[in-house]
Amino acid sequence: MTGLAEIWVYLAREPLAALTATLMAWLAAQRLHRLLGRHPLANPVLFAVALLAAGLLWSGVAYRDYFQGAQFVHFLLGPATVALAVPLYRQWQLVRQSALAAAASVVLGGVFAAASGVALAWMLDAAPEVTASLAPRSVTTPVAMGIAEQLGGLPSLTAAVVILSGIVGAALGPAVLDMVGVKDWRARGLAIGTAAHGIGTARALGVNATAGAFSGLAMGLNALATALFLPLLWRLVIG
Amino acid sequence: MIPSLTTLLACQLAGEALGRALRLPVPGPVLGMVLLFGLLLLRGRLRGRAEVPDEFGRTADALLGNLGLLFVPAGVGVVLYLPLLARDWAPLSLAVVAGTLATVAFTGRLAQWLLRP
Repeated sequence: MTGLAEIWVYLAREPLAALTATLMAWLAAQRLHRLLGRHPLANPVLFAVALLAAGLLWSGVAYRDYFQGAQFVHFLLGPATVALAVPLYRQWQLVRQSALAAAASVVLGGVFAAASGVALAWMLDAAPEVTASLAPRSVTTPVAMGIAEQLGGLPSLTAAVVILSGIVGAALGPAVLDMVGVKDWRARGLAIGTAAHGIGTARALGVNATAGAFSGLAMGLNALATALFLPLLWRLVIG
Repeated sequence: MIPSLTTLLACQLAGEALGRALRLPVPGPVLGMVLLFGLLLLRGRLRGRAEVPDEFGRTADALLGNLGLLFVPAGVGVVLYLPLLARDWAPLSLAVVAGTLATVAFTGRLAQWLLRP
């Protein structure tokens, strides 16, 4: 049995095992997603994260060691964000016609996202640093962490909250949009991209090309608007 | 595939450099997306051909087709904050779930109303 223990020590240290586990968890999550009829609630990001998180807790492998391997996947997030210009460009005729309405919806939606999170946290007497961590919840992780720091929040808590908001928005958002009667694919994309950033955009791209392009646009625009205005608004309101 | 990936990385790199040089609060990849979009527009204007080059479009689609996967490593990081999440679970879950879904409903209705023909 010493052989097995040695193999385990080797695998836990090398990036190969973590990278392979990440891809295998994603394939399993995608298969489950298909098996459940591509229902939005069966979100593959949620499944894969839950599977890997449970694996780390069960095996006792530290997140930092896991990330040594998973960073190769994580790195592609940058070029993929740049690539969002492609669906946007393909839908440019449609976007251009509705640019002003789209921009207004995203900016007001972004303000609503921050205000609703802060108000709900306030109602429940959350600590000030928790409230500040919740304010930039709807924007893509690197921007949100920077804003949280400026507001006196905890950037690491913000990172967790941003990911969870993205999963909630991608999984439950489509049902909410059906409930309130939003049928326009452009509006559906804008709503998901504003509230659930890239994780929502990943879902929108898989459902409808127009929704995907508008979701990517909303994600970028919301990051820009929130980064510029939230710290100013925060100082005005909180003092 | 390699020329396409190089273009994407070059746009990201230019975005990172620009963001740092001008001290913009926006991350490099988002600026890179704006740059790439500008390049595509310029190319369409100059060549009179509006389509994204085939090969480049395929690479972008391959990356974006698996966009969800790219969030998984950061998502697994939630395990680091389990104690913090457990301590403040009530405001956090209410803000995350109710706040996010209210935002979806608000933005969707507003956008549909503003976009009406």
